[in-house]
Amino acid sequence: MTVPAHLLLRLEIEDFHTAYCAALDAARYDEWPGFFTDDCLYRIVPRDNHDAGLPLAIMHCEGRGMLVDRVASLAETLFYLPRTLRHMVSGVQAREEGGAIVATSNYLVLQTDSDRQTTVFNYGRYLDRFVRREGALLLAERICVFDSVLVPSSLMVPL
Amino acid sequence: MTAPATRTAWTDDPTRVPYWIFSDPETYRREQERIFEGPFWSYVALEAEIPKPGDFIRAEIGDKPVIVLRDETGAIRVFANRCAHRGVAFCHRETGNVTELVCPYHQWTYDLRGRLVGVPFRRGYQGQGGMPEDFAPDQHGLQALAVATRGGVVFASFDHAVEPLDAYLGPLMLHYFDRVFTGRPLAVLGRTRQRIPGNWKLMVENIKDPYHGSLLHVFLVSFGLYRLDQKSKVEMDPTGRHATLSSRRGEQVDHDATRQMRSFKPRFTLADTRLLDPVKEFAGDETVAVQTLWPNLIVQQQSNTLAMRRIVTRGPGAFDLAWTFFGYADDAPEMRQRRLRQANWMGPSGFVSVDDSEVLTIAQQGVAAWPDREALHMLGGSAVGNEDHMVTETAVRGFYRYYRQVMGY
Repeated sequence: MTVPAHLLLRLEIEDFHTAYCAALDAARYDEWPGFFTDDCLYRIVPRDNHDAGLPLAIMHCEGRGMLVDRVASLAETLFYLPRTLRHMVSGVQAREEGGAIVATSNYLVLQTDSDRQTTVFNYGRYLDRFVRREGALLLAERICVFDSVLVPSSLMVPL
Repeated sequence: MTAPATRTAWTDDPTRVPYWIFSDPETYRREQERIFEGPFWSYVALEAEIPKPGDFIRAEIGDKPVIVLRDETGAIRVFANRCAHRGVAFCHRETGNVTELVCPYHQWTYDLRGRLVGVPFRRGYQGQGGMPEDFAPDQHGLQALAVATRGGVVFASFDHAVEPLDAYLGPLMLHYFDRVFTGRPLAVLGRTRQRIPGNWKLMVENIKDPYHGSLLHVFLVSFGLYRLDQKSKVEMDPTGRHATLSSRRGEQVDHDATRQMRSFKPRFTLADTRLLDPVKEFAGDETVAVQTLWPNLIVQQQSNTLAMRRIVTRGPGAFDLAWTFFGYADDAPEMRQRRLRQANWMGPSGFVSVDDSEVLTIAQQGVAAWPDREALHMLGGSAVGNEDHMVTETAVRGFYRYYRQVMGY
């Protein structure tokens, strides 16, 4: 029996998400820029802004260098309280479009803070555009559109 | 009136502030009544957020929800978000455009001037029930607030006895305010909001405190955006309730100052310097001017990133910081893109402001645990006055001197 192509594609993307989330959850932040192309776009956008066409992102990175600067700030410049984050991704939908792969997925990030309480930290959709480089998927674009406008405290680790 | 009976006295020493003001429920209740419902101008919105007749946006003053609306004549009106019938906060969308305001519960309907124009079954049904004959709709409109605007910024007050806005802010604060709000039409870039588990006054004193900027904020220090050894000023209005901290970015690095800034990372560089590409934009030599305008507004001009930060109180132990980032309607595309990049410095994910929201969280944990201890604001002496350096807590002393007067503490 052959597996339909769209299921294979979904599996491939889920495999990507698994590796991406594993790196973030293990705080291997220096690996994070490697999931993107050199000229990528990465943004975290409140849903209200997204729906209203307002351009503001709370995190806005053009190109891999800005991703590197984001994770460098976690190690070098930012003060933040220790926390554990877990990413879950589900509901992957994907299609090939003009040589790229356009995908949307739901993501959920749970936070366990220094008071040891676990809460829903951020929930929303990944609006992704993947390209293939040497057989592997890379993100050319990831827009994280989060449902709540309200961020509990601060959001310094990428979604 | 004095401090709540259960609390230690607030002494006359201007360098001391008791910690119970950050957790005491009675103090919070009195703040709502005297400060947020008092004769002061609270910031509610930018005019650019409601450009057309019928446009509205929700806001809060203290913890009270209000509606900011442009009526059919183009005038801006601010109403308590509270139906005159049963108190329903009937406006449940963040923004929108309406021709009338309708409470969903019993469909009481108000026009854009807040007048009650519709009460279903007011005359009853088939001769039965209905409102009494003497029910006077004109006495049951929405509660209207006093409204003032300047340079595209909308302020409101529950107390109509509030003084005129320009006198309220005073010439020195207006100098900095008008520098950004020149009347040039604004363009909203977007909004975001964070809930910080700390008392709202911790946010105000944070912005009035230039001392921490050079110590906590490694990003600012490392890239020379704000350093203790730069030419800078701390200025207040005569009451001490408002303040402006301003500074000029310079090339000089003073080694004595650097040595005391343990967080300074001379080797930290950016992989993409477009994150840090400020251009001169405003009159004067200041490259940063951040204002705290009593009681709920922080106006942020740091290089080319402009934002209103509105403080929304959420009980003694929490507040929301509601951010509206903006530029100008006639910004060139490059400038707009620069503002979106520099927005990375601020907000809930800001290279700079994350430090503050995280520190305020643990500040609250300390002050709430020891209500009868007190803070020290001794930097630069005990006086309240304008200074041309950053090694001072004068604006924090000014804020609390005024706060005590208003609160009767």
